[in-house]
Amino acid sequence: MKRVISVIVENEHGVLARVVNMFAARGYNITSLTVAPIPNSEFSRMTIMSEGDPKVFEQIVKQLYKLIPVYKVIESDDFIEKEMAMVKFPLKEVKDNLADIDAIARCYNGKISNVNDKHVVVSVVDRPDRIDNFLKAMMSKYKNSEIVRSGVSVIER
Amino acid sequence: MKMTGARIVIESLIKENVKVVFGYPGGAIMNVYDELYKQNKFKHILAKHEQGAVHMADGYARATGDVGVAFVTSGPGITNAVTGIATAYTDSIPLVVISGQVPTTAIGTDAFQEVDAVGITRPITKHNFLVKDVKDLAYIIKEAFYLARSGRPGPVHIDIPKDVTVALAKFEYPEKIELKTYKPTYKGNKRAIKRAVEAIKKAKRPVFYIGGGSVLSGASDIIREIVKFTKIPSVETLMARGVLRHDCPYLLGMVGMHGTFAANMAMNDADLIISLGARFDDRVTGKLDEFAKNAEIVHIDIDPSQIGKVVETKYPIVGDVKLVLEEMMPLLFDGINPDRYKEWRDVLNRYQELYPLKYADSDEVIKPQWVIEKTGQLVPENAIITTDVGQHQMWAAQFYPFTYPRQLITSGGLGTMGFGFPAALGAKEGAKDRVVINFTGDGSIMMNIQETLVGYKYNLPVINIILNNNYLGMVRQWQSMFYEDRLSETDLSDVQPDFVKLAESMGGVGYRVSKKEEFEKALKDAMEAKKVAFIDVQVDRREDVLPMVPPNSPLKNMLVFKEDK
Repeated sequence: MKRVISVIVENEHGVLARVVNMFAARGYNITSLTVAPIPNSEFSRMTIMSEGDPKVFEQIVKQLYKLIPVYKVIESDDFIEKEMAMVKFPLKEVKDNLADIDAIARCYNGKISNVNDKHVVVSVVDRPDRIDNFLKAMMSKYKNSEIVRSGVSVIER
Repeated sequence: MKMTGARIVIESLIKENVKVVFGYPGGAIMNVYDELYKQNKFKHILAKHEQGAVHMADGYARATGDVGVAFVTSGPGITNAVTGIATAYTDSIPLVVISGQVPTTAIGTDAFQEVDAVGITRPITKHNFLVKDVKDLAYIIKEAFYLARSGRPGPVHIDIPKDVTVALAKFEYPEKIELKTYKPTYKGNKRAIKRAVEAIKKAKRPVFYIGGGSVLSGASDIIREIVKFTKIPSVETLMARGVLRHDCPYLLGMVGMHGTFAANMAMNDADLIISLGARFDDRVTGKLDEFAKNAEIVHIDIDPSQIGKVVETKYPIVGDVKLVLEEMMPLLFDGINPDRYKEWRDVLNRYQELYPLKYADSDEVIKPQWVIEKTGQLVPENAIITTDVGQHQMWAAQFYPFTYPRQLITSGGLGTMGFGFPAALGAKEGAKDRVVINFTGDGSIMMNIQETLVGYKYNLPVINIILNNNYLGMVRQWQSMFYEDRLSETDLSDVQPDFVKLAESMGGVGYRVSKKEEFEKALKDAMEAKKVAFIDVQVDRREDVLPMVPPNSPLKNMLVFKEDK
């Protein structure tokens, strides 16, 4: 089972290593991870997507709390989840389909971000499962694309 | 007035009322040693190896209940300390380990004696710090001591770059510390406590499962009172030996792989297990699927992550064992009927009669268990017992008549060979008036034997009783039982030191004992000698630790004694 947790940590030296080490040492998976400071505070927010049964998640949360710089672990079934993806296509593959690509991207809160003489870059921002769909659609239609996903960010509703 | 970082370290330790530091100097920590030289508020014990220094600090902490402190240098200094730190971590022992580090400007350049010290100690400390600015130093030391001793205790490591030890800052030692992100729960939830009490009153076959947390929280007195009043059968983990007196009629002995049959059957057959600061370690539960199938669990622990980690827990109580029991006791004593458990006690006593802890004594060879029992008769009741790791450790845990908590000092979680002797030296430093015995084996003792010189130099006369079977005995036992007696690299009979000469060469005294009657004389003489002593007792080579739960077997499938089969 996939689940997202948000971890509010003190923004100090080595805190990311502590969190990541704990996952590694106890054999828990990290599917995706994003970190950034929370403005106007001494905290950072880590958003971690992980896999496991509810018992594993219970342990993950407890083990996170055990780390001294961890302030709060937010588990919620009611997160707004967003992820960004960027896809780069060789111009020659898609030059006849730019309108089509742009139309699909718009369905996923995105657009064509850049075009130069070699490549076209599309970026979208949406729920991770919808990002999956978008990328599936793009990959089935066009070849030789390069994909970057940001990892999921969440906020409680 | 401004002072150097090195001076701040010393002044902070004085503020913490530190009486002794165990350590070993080196390049990166020289400035701290220079300031140490200039003061006379606390003493320093120079170990012969950093691992020894940390084990000494650990033994000191376990014997006294205070925080143990160690100094080491960068690079190999801190890597040598790692086993000591990890040993303390797994047994929740409060330590503050201060290491030197290369200057901040050299960090990351693969400088001489540079290692990523905080990277290495991160998974084996409760918390660690790299001090980058001298202005933070005093606060960090305060925080380190606070973290080490509060909540679930543990070792804290502070890594201080050399330039920080010469930089200047005003010394202001905080009186109190308040951390936004760390607030351990000491008092148990009242509703949860009430529910647990009801469950105990309703149970037919309850058992107290007493763990090391009971020792750390100082809960022995109240546990004794509750057990005496309720007459609920009780078992102790290795880490909890001595919480109840050995002659307590409701104590079934140690639980787990080498526990008593009755203690293990109590866990197996119980309908309610009340865990007091224990953590359902794999050496206790045996095969997990078969563990305590009919029991509900009350789990009292200060560390929430222990609850529900291994077994499903119906009655979780997060809190300090002693404080929780203080809340529980009046509720429990109100209307509990100890006769309710009489049938259950009778069953367990019957198990105890059928399969008591025993050994086949002999007049020809010395049985190791006999040595432990005999020692128990000869030394004062308040003696401190340390052990190394292996067969002798289990025999000591089984056969020594423990009378008080903190009496047994042993590496339970990590199982560190080489722990016992330096830990004994540290314990002796903390309890000079008591006899300190280290039960050890001919394998373990060699791992930190260099510390004999420390015992000589600082007049710490501890007595090592080597149960010498010329084997790495515990591994040999497993090879005999599970590897068709293929004794791969466990026979030590080809080369053995002359422990008498070895002791004498380092200012100690040695005895070689191969007959029973020699042992009593040697031990009495050693207690008189006031020197580090080695009593090399030649014991029955092929003695096994029994009873035994084979690895991955349920607790009830114990291998008992040959004649019982």
